[in-house]
Amino acid sequence: MHVSRRQFFKISAAGFGTSSLAVLGAAPSEARAEVRQYKLARAREIRNICTYCSVGCGLLMYSLGSGSKNARAEIIHIEGDPDHPVSRGALCPKGSGLLDFIHSPNRVKYPEVREPGSKEWKRISWHEAVERIARHMKDDRDANVVAKNADGVPVNRWLSCGVLTCSAASNETGILTQKVIRALGVVATDTQARICHSPTVAALAPSFGRGAMTNNWVDIKNADLVLVMGGNAAEAHPVGFRWAVEAVKQRGAKLVVVDPRFNRTAAVADLYVPIRAGTDIVFLGGVINWLIANDRIQKEYVLAYTNASSIIAEGYGFEDGLFSGFDKEQGRYDRSTWNYEFDADGKVRTDPTLQHPRCVWNLLKAHYARYTEDVVANLTGSPREGFRRICELLGATSAPDKVATVLYALGWTEHTVGVQNIRTMAIIQLLLGNIGMAGGGINALRGHANVQGITDLGLLSTNLPGYVPLPSEKNHPTFADYVRKVTPAPLRDGQLNYWSNTSKFFVSQLKWFWGDKATQENDWGYDWLPKWDKLYDTLHLTELMQQGKMNGLIVQGFNAMGSFPDSNRVVQAFSKLKYMVVIDPIATETASFWQNHGASNNVDSSQIMTEVFRLPSTLFAEEDGSTVNSGRWMQWHFKGAEPPGEAKPDLEFLAELFLRLREMYEKEGGSVPEPILNLAWPYKDPLSPSPEELTKEMNGRALADVVDAKSGAVLAKKGEQLASFAHLRDDGSTLCACWIYTGSWTQAGNIMARRDNTDVGLGNTPGWAFSWPANRRVLYNRASCDPSGKPWDPKRKIIGWNGERWTGGDVPDFKVDAAPGSGMDPFIMTAEGQARLFAVDKLADGPLPEHYEPMESPIGTNPLHPEVVTSPTVRLFKGEKERLGTSAEFPYVATTYRLTEHFQFWTKQVRLNAIAQPEQFIEVGEALAREKGIAAGDTVRVSSKRGHIEAKAVVTKRIKALTVNEQTVHQIGIPVHWGWETLAKKGYLTNVLTPAVGDSNTQCPEYKAFLVNIEKA
Amino acid sequence: MALQSLDIQRRSATTTPQPGARNPVEVAKLIDVTTCIGCKACQVSCSEWNDIRAEVGSNIGVYDNPIDLDAKAWTVMRYSEVEENGKLEWLIRKDGCMHCSDPGCLKSCPSPGAIIQFKNGIVDFHQENCIGCGYCVTGCPFNVPRISKDDGKAYKCSLCSDRVAAGQEPSCVKTCPTGAISFGSKADMKEVAARRIANLKERGYANAGLYDPPGVGGTHVMYVLHHADRPELYAGLPKDPSISPLVGLWKGVAKPLATLALAGVALGSLFHYVVKGPNEISKEIEDEIEKEDAQ
Repeated sequence: MHVSRRQFFKISAAGFGTSSLAVLGAAPSEARAEVRQYKLARAREIRNICTYCSVGCGLLMYSLGSGSKNARAEIIHIEGDPDHPVSRGALCPKGSGLLDFIHSPNRVKYPEVREPGSKEWKRISWHEAVERIARHMKDDRDANVVAKNADGVPVNRWLSCGVLTCSAASNETGILTQKVIRALGVVATDTQARICHSPTVAALAPSFGRGAMTNNWVDIKNADLVLVMGGNAAEAHPVGFRWAVEAVKQRGAKLVVVDPRFNRTAAVADLYVPIRAGTDIVFLGGVINWLIANDRIQKEYVLAYTNASSIIAEGYGFEDGLFSGFDKEQGRYDRSTWNYEFDADGKVRTDPTLQHPRCVWNLLKAHYARYTEDVVANLTGSPREGFRRICELLGATSAPDKVATVLYALGWTEHTVGVQNIRTMAIIQLLLGNIGMAGGGINALRGHANVQGITDLGLLSTNLPGYVPLPSEKNHPTFADYVRKVTPAPLRDGQLNYWSNTSKFFVSQLKWFWGDKATQENDWGYDWLPKWDKLYDTLHLTELMQQGKMNGLIVQGFNAMGSFPDSNRVVQAFSKLKYMVVIDPIATETASFWQNHGASNNVDSSQIMTEVFRLPSTLFAEEDGSTVNSGRWMQWHFKGAEPPGEAKPDLEFLAELFLRLREMYEKEGGSVPEPILNLAWPYKDPLSPSPEELTKEMNGRALADVVDAKSGAVLAKKGEQLASFAHLRDDGSTLCACWIYTGSWTQAGNIMARRDNTDVGLGNTPGWAFSWPANRRVLYNRASCDPSGKPWDPKRKIIGWNGERWTGGDVPDFKVDAAPGSGMDPFIMTAEGQARLFAVDKLADGPLPEHYEPMESPIGTNPLHPEVVTSPTVRLFKGEKERLGTSAEFPYVATTYRLTEHFQFWTKQVRLNAIAQPEQFIEVGEALAREKGIAAGDTVRVSSKRGHIEAKAVVTKRIKALTVNEQTVHQIGIPVHWGWETLAKKGYLTNVLTPAVGDSNTQCPEYKAFLVNIEKA
Repeated sequence: MALQSLDIQRRSATTTPQPGARNPVEVAKLIDVTTCIGCKACQVSCSEWNDIRAEVGSNIGVYDNPIDLDAKAWTVMRYSEVEENGKLEWLIRKDGCMHCSDPGCLKSCPSPGAIIQFKNGIVDFHQENCIGCGYCVTGCPFNVPRISKDDGKAYKCSLCSDRVAAGQEPSCVKTCPTGAISFGSKADMKEVAARRIANLKERGYANAGLYDPPGVGGTHVMYVLHHADRPELYAGLPKDPSISPLVGLWKGVAKPLATLALAGVALGSLFHYVVKGPNEISKEIEDEIEKEDAQ
C-alpha cells in the first residue's frame, strides 16, 4: 500500500473533520434505511400506444388521482407494457421520455394569431380563430374552386388551399380530415408518408399486390439471415430491432449491415459492408447477377409464383440507359411496350420452359448481366469480399428451409430512384423464395406511429381510403369510367384478382361520404368528389406557393418547415401565403417561420404578410383512438388525462370549422356548395364526433340486410357492424369508409383493443389487436407452401391445406377453399395471381430497376451509360436545376438521417431527449477531418448549393473514404433534428442543405445523397 | 416506521449488528455489451423514473451525452471506437454503479446510515444521512458517485431499490430495447451470461467473458464483454478493480486515531465546560446566522 504524505494529510484531515462534525451533532439524529417509496402503488394505470415510431410499442401510463371526479388526472410516469407482443415492456429513449413530451414547456396551450407583418403571437379565443379561418377559406374557395374543366367534366377542385395532414394523428382524425377536405375539393394535400415511405407503397404494390411491410415485428425472429440495408433499424426502430437480436441470439441468425456509415446497427452486426450513398441498385443488381450466375435460386417458387415465365411484348427494350418508349421532350416514357404478350382472350402468354428470349426470366438475366462484381466495386466503393460474402449469405437462403429477411427504411426511399431501390430487393427476395415465409419478406420499417394508417386512409393527393384511387379528370370523367378503368381484368385463368371487387369498396365509401344523398340515380354522388389533374406532392405544393398560386395552407401536425427539402425556398414559399393554420400540440418551426431566430432563421418579420394561426391540439395521452403500426396492427389507445390549457382534439376543431363553413354556404350561398351541403354528418354531437363513431364507420356497417347470394343466409342485419370486407356490396346496402379495415370493430366490439397475447407458434399472436387485412399477420402466406399445399419448411408452417381448406395459426391470405392444383396462385391482389419480377407498366421509370446517379453525383458520370447519368424521368421545376451543385464546388457526398435519441423535430422539445443529445452535429471520417484540419468538437460549416449549416464535428473511424470510379469519395453524415423551437441548443434546419428533387414515381425527396463542402468554421 | 422493506447487510459507519435471520435472493443486473446498440433508453428511463434531469449540455465531438455521470445522471453510455485485427468495433458500455459486494463507498463513508448495502446486493445512498464529505467518491474503484451542486450530497444509481423492493426490475432493465440488460438472481444472471459467452465464442470472440471482478468481492452489475481479457477497451473499465488504499488507511490507521482525537475533544470540552462554563454565542455570530437563515 502506498499513500503519499499529501494524501495522508488530506484523508486524515477530512476524516477527523467529518467524524468530529458527526459527534458534534451534524450527523442526522435518526439513521434510517428505508428505500424510496414505490411511487405508483395506487396510481391509475392506462394503456396506450407510443406516439413516435411505427413499432407501436405498448405503454402503461400512470396518472395522479384515483380517477374520481374530484381529482384532475395528471400523467406522472410512463413505462412499457410488458404484455405487448412486440415491445414486451421495452421502450426506446424517445418512448422512455414521453412524460416530458406531454409536459413540455413548449406545448401550445391557447389559440394564437400572428397578424401580417407582426413580430409576435397574440392570444385569441377559439371562436375568433374559427370565424377568421372559415372566412378566409370561404372567400378563397368561392373565388378559386374549379367546378368543371375545359371538357365540361365536373372536377370540384380547389387548388389555392393546401392541406398537410399528420401521420402521427390517429385514424379517427385522419378519416374525418379525409371527409372534410374532399368535400371542400382539396386535392393539393399531402402527409409525411410522401417524404418518407411513399416509394415503399409504389414499389411493393406492383411487386406483390399490396404496399405494406410484408411480415411483422415479432416475425423477424424467425429469420436465418437479417439484412439491414437502406435503413438503420437499431437507430430508428430500436424496440422492433430487438427481434433481429432475438434471431441472432436464439436461432444463431446472421445479422449483416450495408450502409455508408458504420452505424448503431453495425455495432452489433456480424458483418458490415460500406457503400456509397445512392448506389444500392448497383449493389443489389450485382447480387441478382451473382444469384443467377451461381444458381442460387428457389426455382420451383420462381416458376410457380412469379411472372418469370411470362412473355413480354415485342418492342420492349433497354439500351444505353433508356427503356423503350422514351420521350425526351417530356422526360417521360410511353409505357405501352412494357407489357405482356396476350393471347386472344387477353390472357398472358407464358413459357414455363423459360426458353423464350422475351420471357421475364431471360430479360431479367440479360438486364443484370451488366452488374458484374467489377461494376459493383467500381461504383459502390464497397469492398469486393464484403459484397461477395453478402451474395453467399443471401444465396444460401434459396434453400426452401432457409429464410432471409430485409429491414429497410428511408435509406432506400429517399432517392430519385427510391422506388427502384426497393424493387431490386423485391426481385431478390422472390428469386430466393423468401416472400410469404415466416422470417422472410421485405420489412419496410415505417416512420411515424400512424404513417401506415394515414397512408391506408388515402390522405395523399390522388388517393382515397383503402388504396382506392381518387378519380382523375382525364381517366375517370364518369362513375362508369372509374369502375371500368380502376377494376383490373384478370390476366391469367383461375385467379382471385381481389381488386375485381373495387366497385363494392368504392360504392360503400361513397355511401360514407354522402349518406342518404348517395343514390344509384346520382351514381352515389360520384360527381361531388374532387378530381385530380396532377399529383400535388410536397415539392409541388411548395412550388405553387412559390409561384403565388396558393393562398392558404392548413397544417395538421406536420412540421413542414423542418421536413421539406431546401428550407430557404420553403420560407420564401410560406411567406407568399395569405394565411396559414397550424394545428399542433407543440410549437413548431412551421408555425413560427416568420420569426427571426438569428442564424437559424434570418428573416425580416415585418416583410412577411402571412396571417398565421396556431391552434393547440391534444396528443396521444389525451385521446382515445387507433393507430396502425408498421406490421399493419391496428391498436387502440386510451385517454389518460385532459390536455393543457385550451387545447382540444383535432376532431373538435375540424367539426367546428366544417359546420361553420357549411352554415356560411347555407346562408350566403357560394361556389360549388353541393359537396359541402351533402356531406353526411351523422354524429351524435355534431361538434364533437367521437373516435368510436368514426372508427365504426371505417369498419363499415349494413344499411340493409346483407344476404349471401348463394345460401341466402343473412350475413349482417341492417344497422350491424360488418365482420368482413367480403360482405361489402355495390348496391348501396353497405357503408364503409376504408374497406381494408373491415373486421376492426365488428358486432363483437372493438377488435383493435384485444389483448390476448397467446403465441400460437412462431411468435404469432392473432388475438392481439387487429391486423389488416382480415387479421392476417404474414402477407402472401399461401406462398409459404409449395404448389401442392405443403409448407416449404415444415418448421416454419404458418398455414397448410388440410384436404378441405387452408388452416393454420395465421389467417390464410388466399381463398380458403381453393384447393392446391386449382390453378389459383398466391398473390391474390395482382391480376396475374403472381408476384412481378418485371413490373410491366406500373412504374414511371422502368419495369426493371436500373442504376442512375443521384442528381448531385460525386463522379458526374454513369459508367453504365455515360449518356444517361441521372434518372431520365426526374421532375425538375423551373429554376430547380440551378439549385443543384457539382462535385467541383461541393466535393463530398452527404447523407441525412435521424438519431435514436430523437424523433424528427419533436423531441428537441422534450427535456429528457434534449439532455441525451443536446446539440447539432455532423459526422466526418478521420481522413477527411485530417485533410481539413478538423478536430472532434470543432464547429464546422457544411454548405451545399442551397445553403449552409454550422454544427459540431464528430470525427469518427466509422466513416471511411471509398474509392469510386478511380477517385476518392468522402461521405459526411448529417443528423436532422435541430431547429429554433427547442429545449436543446438552437440549431440550423438540416434541410437547408437538401435538394428539392424527388423520386420519379412518388416525388419522395432525395435527402439521402447530395453534395456538400465542409470547412472549419 | 418500518425500515425493513429490504433486509440490510451493512450500514456505513455503524457497528450495530444487522438482523440476519432472513435471507432474500441476491440480485444482479447483467449488461450484455455485445448486444447494446447505445440507444440511451436506459439513461432516459433512469432519469424519468428517478425524477432527475441533468443540464442540457453540449456536443464535444462524440455521441456521449451527458458527457459524464452526474448527481442528476446516474448512468451514461460510453462509446469507444476500436480497431481489432483490422476490424472496426464500436464498443458501447453503459456506465454506472456496479453495486459491489465489497463496496468501497460504504467502507469509506463516515456518516452512519448514509450508505446501505441490502442483503439482495443493492448498495443504496440515503441522502438524508449524507454529509457530503466525498469519501465515497474516493472510495469507489469505478469512479461512480457524484456530489450534487444543489445540495452537496452524493448520488448514484440505486439499482431502483424502490422498484426491486416492490418486486419489479430496475427501470433501465425493463426499458432496454434489445434485451441487452437483464435482471434476476445473481445465480441466474451468471447462467444467462454463460450462454451468451458460449454463443460469442462460437461467433469468433475467443476472449468473450463475464466481468464480475473479484477485487471488490464480485458485483451486482455484471458485463458480458467480447474482449473480457481487455476490459480497458470499454472506455477504461478497470481490469482488476480494488478498493482504494486510502479507504484501508482510513479504516486501519486513521479511524482509531480519529476516535482518540474525538475522545480528546470530548474530554477537552468537558474541561472547558467545567472551567469556563457554557459557551456563549456572541451577538455578531447570532446576526450572521439570522442573515443566513433569511436567505
